Amino acid sequence: MSQSYNRGLVEDFGRWREFSAGMWAWVFHKFTGWVLVGYLFTHIAVLSTALSGPAAYTGTIRTLEGLLVVRVLEVGLLAVAVFHILNGCRLLLVDLGVGLERQDVSFYASLILTGAIVVASVPTFLAGVSL
Amino acid sequence: MSERYSSFEPGGRRWLWQRVTAAFLVVVLAFHFFLLHFVHHADEVTFAMSAGRMETLSYYSLMVLFLLTATFHGVNGVYNALVNTGLSGRQRTAVKWTLVVASVVLIVQGIRTANAWAGISLV
Repeated sequence: MSQSYNRGLVEDFGRWREFSAGMWAWVFHKFTGWVLVGYLFTHIAVLSTALSGPAAYTGTIRTLEGLLVVRVLEVGLLAVAVFHILNGCRLLLVDLGVGLERQDVSFYASLILTGAIVVASVPTFLAGVSL
Repeated sequence: MSERYSSFEPGGRRWLWQRVTAAFLVVVLAFHFFLLHFVHHADEVTFAMSAGRMETLSYYSLMVLFLLTATFHGVNGVYNALVNTGLSGRQRTAVKWTLVVASVVLIVQGIRTANAWAGISLV
């Protein structure tokens, strides 16, 4: 017979001290998901300047990419996207029942790999911008 | 008996589609980032370069599919997160339809933009 558990409110972040690796993976996946969906709407809004003609679009992108703060935010976006992708692969494996007993290790691997990819990408993302 | 603890309805297809779109998006999102930040650099973007890519049918259709799947995956994720906070009844219905309308607006705007680059005029 299966047991019944009282897990409390799902979104009770006040219990963060009790969180295990899997719970942190869930929190990070949720946070990065909110950022990515927010960015999706912003991204389409910025790209929509193409509807006003070539000059408006090229000018808007060039102006934005000339700002250091935008480049730094893009590095942040890369970090968020890479973690969401890697942890998403981990979740797909978990859903298929693959490597369930090592899901905490794959979460740590996702974090380390995200950090490595982001650090290695910083020169590319900041190339050509001045302070 | 164990509690059923999920934001997805039994027998529903949204659970499956969230996973199907995820499998597609992990590949296409990585491709999108790689192409537009490493092959081409963001500060070299011009309307002509974007148009050149979007005039290719394979790229145009991939980007439209990317828009559709990303919108579904993102908005469905937001809906699930809100349901997990205990949203129910009329509030839940209102949130659902607000998200549906936001998705339709985003998709229409995205396709209009892609069409502007591809030189497709519908009206």
